[in-house]
Amino acid sequence: MDLKIASGTANTEERAAVDSLLGAPSETSHGAQRDEMGMRVSTGGESLRQLRHLLLPTLHSVNDRVGYISRGAINYISQRLDIAPAEIYGVATFYALFDTNERPARQVHVCVDLACRAASGCTEETLPEGAIASPCLGTCERAPSVLVIETGVTVRQEVLAPATKSQIAELVAGKSAPTEQEISHAAPQTPDQSLVLLSRIGNTNPLSIDDYISSNGYSALRKAFTIGAEQVIAEVTASGLVGRGGAAFPTGRKWAAVASQPVKTRYLICNADESEPGTFKDRVLLEGDPFALVEAMTIAAFATGSQHGYIYLRGEYPRALKNLTNAIELARNKKYLGDNILDSGFNFDITIFRGAGAYICGEETAIFNSIEGFRGEPRNKPPFPVEVGLFGKPTVVNNVETLLNVLPIINNTGEKYASWGSTGSKGKKLFCVSGAVNKPGVYEVTFGVTLRELINLAGGLKSGSTMQAVLLGGAAGGFVGPEDLDLELTLEAARAAGTTLGSGVVMVLDQTVDMFDQLQRIAAFFRDESCGQCVPCRVGTVRQQEALARLVKSNGTDSAALDLQLLRDLGQVMRDASICGLGQTAHNAIDSALTRLKVFSA
Amino acid sequence: MSTQVTTGLQVRKSVELTIDGKKVTAPEGSTLLDACRASGKEIPTLCFGDTITPKNACRVCMVELEGSRTLVPSCSRKVEAGMVVKTDTDRTSHSRKLVLELLGSSVDLSLTKNVSKWNENYDAKPSRFGAPSYHHSKRDEAVTGHHHPPDGQTAETVHQPVKIDNALYVRDYSKCILCYQCVDACGEQWQNTFAITTAGRGFDARISTEFAVDLTDSACVYCGNCIQVCPTGALMFTSEYEMREAGTWREEEQTQTDTICPYCGVGCSLTLHVQDNTIVKVTSPSDHSVTHGNLCIKGRFGFQHVQNTKPE
Repeated sequence: MDLKIASGTANTEERAAVDSLLGAPSETSHGAQRDEMGMRVSTGGESLRQLRHLLLPTLHSVNDRVGYISRGAINYISQRLDIAPAEIYGVATFYALFDTNERPARQVHVCVDLACRAASGCTEETLPEGAIASPCLGTCERAPSVLVIETGVTVRQEVLAPATKSQIAELVAGKSAPTEQEISHAAPQTPDQSLVLLSRIGNTNPLSIDDYISSNGYSALRKAFTIGAEQVIAEVTASGLVGRGGAAFPTGRKWAAVASQPVKTRYLICNADESEPGTFKDRVLLEGDPFALVEAMTIAAFATGSQHGYIYLRGEYPRALKNLTNAIELARNKKYLGDNILDSGFNFDITIFRGAGAYICGEETAIFNSIEGFRGEPRNKPPFPVEVGLFGKPTVVNNVETLLNVLPIINNTGEKYASWGSTGSKGKKLFCVSGAVNKPGVYEVTFGVTLRELINLAGGLKSGSTMQAVLLGGAAGGFVGPEDLDLELTLEAARAAGTTLGSGVVMVLDQTVDMFDQLQRIAAFFRDESCGQCVPCRVGTVRQQEALARLVKSNGTDSAALDLQLLRDLGQVMRDASICGLGQTAHNAIDSALTRLKVFSA
Repeated sequence: MSTQVTTGLQVRKSVELTIDGKKVTAPEGSTLLDACRASGKEIPTLCFGDTITPKNACRVCMVELEGSRTLVPSCSRKVEAGMVVKTDTDRTSHSRKLVLELLGSSVDLSLTKNVSKWNENYDAKPSRFGAPSYHHSKRDEAVTGHHHPPDGQTAETVHQPVKIDNALYVRDYSKCILCYQCVDACGEQWQNTFAITTAGRGFDARISTEFAVDLTDSACVYCGNCIQVCPTGALMFTSEYEMREAGTWREEEQTQTDTICPYCGVGCSLTLHVQDNTIVKVTSPSDHSVTHGNLCIKGRFGFQHVQNTKPE
């Protein structure tokens, strides 16, 4: 491509960061310090453009090392990957963890989302100086939460939760965070080997493949190879497993659809971009049982005939990244990944792909664009991912928890798995219980327990707390009130009650929580996270936030009625006409607060 | 169900579907919009252009499709046998009304065709979101994932100063509905220059060069193909912009004359827009088999020599 590179040259650090990923440029390629002979020939072109999927990792590399993406860095990446600078700028400015303006090497991201602001009152406006407001960091069980990123030759990322205001100020001043607490703290039922999905948490060293193998690890993969791909899909179909990311699509049907495609190049993506406010179950699994995910992905790939897997991991999960990277490396060394796995003749490998601060990239088609090096905007459906997905090939996208359920299904048979749960919701489910309970954390239950039972399992309400509302399913879910405590936590009961289990969020809000503040935060969240592609979501989320801001002032007056009507109108157009699930659900929680909790009166 | 129809030299299958209760046939591969318009339905479109792959971003052309949870964009949804489509229901009207209101309250649509007619048809009242706010006009400096909280009174807009950084055309992004057509025309669909992109996210998403540099520092080659596809007047010949500012732009008095570009041998068709015997801008027919509406800098902007006169 005929690149036009404006002023700005990458410095040594930036070049080193790019080269650490792409290798040094050849003498004749763009971006090399070319001598007179070198200038007479030029290599690259199409072969470089095939590397576009390295764009986001390259931006990460620069951001990790320098802290921001400068003009010089973009110019150098442009030459190395043969992508126009404008396009790289468009991609870099899509992600909240990147900045194209110079900034300090140390960034302190403080969660101002639902659970954290309920716990600490920390809002965008009351942050300690020098801290950056962040959407949910996925450590709600220890709210309030802080993520520190210190860029340099080796980037350092630390999580501190719970964090007091003075601790945040110390972090901003440069103090190191104490060692993060053990993973098992986030799952108060553990250690307990009778659990199905959490059995290894607190029992098995997540960094040791030998420990994993000796605790029933890789038994499911061996069995899968014995029974064959078709039978694996049959078992998963028989199990009644549905997606645990929020949409509840039958997993067996998705796998069968990919397995039956005429195109033989296929991909498997594990959606680990867990960003739904209040959700942290996938984080606990990724950190505490990473080998299980590797094994489950291998089975999914074997069943669907996929040759390569990606784990799209949200950028704010440093410990998950570390443990997963270790797990993949050890699995590769022990021949559980790579060519001819366990002498089965099956080849499969996994790449971890780091997100960079974009909730929308958890949308299955936005993941494709993000991995391919484009802005993470959702694609139009149809065509569906099972036909035209990543790099235009048939692709399975499964959530972390969904994949982990495959292991007990294969180990015990689908029939056995289907014997757990209710008529419409099979198996085990993880719930992320946070807020005003005594033991917040991830809880494994069989579908069918009631909300009351789950809250009791989490130690009941804190003393002095009276329940005001419970947020089910996250910001894209809905509020229920104290009168709904006997709600059975099944997909069908939630649907019948006009609510949703979504990603398994159960956030208990007591009388101290300002519901107006929570609603305004939900509106702000969707506004910040909208990709901006379609009008109903791009402008609708702003108008929704504005109408809420007016309502908070005018509650109870005549003008409130107008704004309530506006909100209903906005909700309908977002639900009916947005391209993807983000816009379609951006009004759900607010709608439930209006209709079920009646927080505003006209 | 499907029969074969001959269109031109190609034999295309046709499919049968139902639109507003009436059975119609449409060629396979065509869109619901094609089929609806062929059967006389009036469906508004804003981001749709006839030379660019539909991005279906504006969502004003939504129709109801039986079996679909949400409405579907008619501009990009392909016809399938047996589809049952409704183009005029409470849901489609609501959706169109709201999209018109959302855009009308945030973007200057004064030069967008048909908007006032549609506002009337769908009872759209953009002003009901509050008085427009022009406070945050430094949109190029927006920080992704952060925003100014609403003041509880006004409705935020995409207002920002007009960008005038070269002699040939201006960019008034206060009029931009983010249809993506200019980006696609500049990029892989036509020009392959990639001078502009969508930058930022959400309401702060905007059309931009890298680091919002002036066009003169960007990769722009001034083909003007972005102006050709812009449906809202956000991109405009400097000649047109200056005349509009001076109040001398009188489109109803202008004539359009098709001719052939005098510069090279390709033979692009030009449409000269003439007012008071002076060329005021140049377009190319979008249905022309050579240009598809595209030109180069010479054809688009190099017309002054036609009317150069000796100084008196």
